[in-house]
Amino acid sequence: MDFTGLFSIALGAILVNNFIFAQFLGICPFMGVSKKIDTALGMGMAVIFVMGVASAVCWPINQLLLKLGLDFMQTVTFILVIASLVQFVEMFLQKAMPALYESLGVYLPLITTNCAVLGVVLQNTQNSYDFIQSVVYGVTGGIGFLIAIVLFASVRERLEFSECPKSFEGFPIALVTAGLLALAFLGFSGLKVF
Amino acid sequence: MNIKKQFLDGMIYQNPVTVQLLGMCSTLAISTTLFNGLGMGVSVLVILTLANIFISLLRNIIPSKVRIACYIVVIAGFVTIVDLLLKAYIPSLSASLGLFIPLIVVNCIILGRAESFASKNGILASALDGIFQGLGYTVILVVMCVIRELLGNGTFGGGILNNGEGIRIIPEGIPALGMILPVGGFLTLACVIAAMQYFLSKPKKDAKNEEVAK
Repeated sequence: MDFTGLFSIALGAILVNNFIFAQFLGICPFMGVSKKIDTALGMGMAVIFVMGVASAVCWPINQLLLKLGLDFMQTVTFILVIASLVQFVEMFLQKAMPALYESLGVYLPLITTNCAVLGVVLQNTQNSYDFIQSVVYGVTGGIGFLIAIVLFASVRERLEFSECPKSFEGFPIALVTAGLLALAFLGFSGLKVF
Repeated sequence: MNIKKQFLDGMIYQNPVTVQLLGMCSTLAISTTLFNGLGMGVSVLVILTLANIFISLLRNIIPSKVRIACYIVVIAGFVTIVDLLLKAYIPSLSASLGLFIPLIVVNCIILGRAESFASKNGILASALDGIFQGLGYTVILVVMCVIRELLGNGTFGGGILNNGEGIRIIPEGIPALGMILPVGGFLTLACVIAAMQYFLSKPKKDAKNEEVAK
């Protein structure tokens, strides 16, 4: 097993090519669900889970599509898989862990349209990762998302009480904050394991 | 049906990016050269219009419980068509937009319009809505591209004019590379939305000038 390879995939997904700050995937939930740290944390956890499972489920499906010569159907198939997966996770959590389901509530269905999830699956196929690499990339990509959204939410909570120019109030100032965080994450570029 | 109102809604009052705050990912990610911006804008416009027409046609057939899944399949179908067409006829655009073409599927603008407009209105109105919302998106993309390309690279019209080099306006060495990087995307969009909020909060007659003012 090539652990250094996996480690560099993980490091890349969490810091260097962070899904939010370097690749711009998953901006909508990042902006929408980051007003409070608690909900941001819940959303991040749900995203880690869905991204990991989606990577795992889509890998064998992609192999099947390639074998049948249907690789032009990738996008349609993957989005269907993700949509049904999210639905399934929702039903499962509702029965098995009602407390977690309550706290995630609204955010679960939103994950379907999180481009980070479809993005991670498509990137797995583009980079022709094997099964373990795909799962590692999916889970660590989710961790990167979690870190980004929690950092952002904690800044944004304080932003509520600060004064800023009227036309920048609300969304624009949040974008500026995200820009500054992206600048900080730029410092990780060039970070390599070997 | 009110064409003028739909047009103004798409361009200004209900602009998908600056007012509805949808489709952030692609707006931020690909607005680095004019070529990318125009290509992405037109792709979204085409897909949005086709998806709106199709969903409006099917609006009485689709059961409301599984409507979101149905919309996504329709959208994904059109996105695949556009993706394959771009790969065949404009490979350079397909290469520079990369992942973001298939990701139009999860672009919230299209799903948002399907849910909030096409599922409730007739075919013609939905088609017009698709065109105008798509235009609004394209305009914002192009504005972002021009600003970021000029400040980050010092050129105008990269990918199209002057054999793809773009016309150099600011001499080399002076432009701030950061504007092309993710940071610049966030900051530019922040300024564009702030400008929009500023002009929308003013009396009505000024709202029309906001594109010029930017």
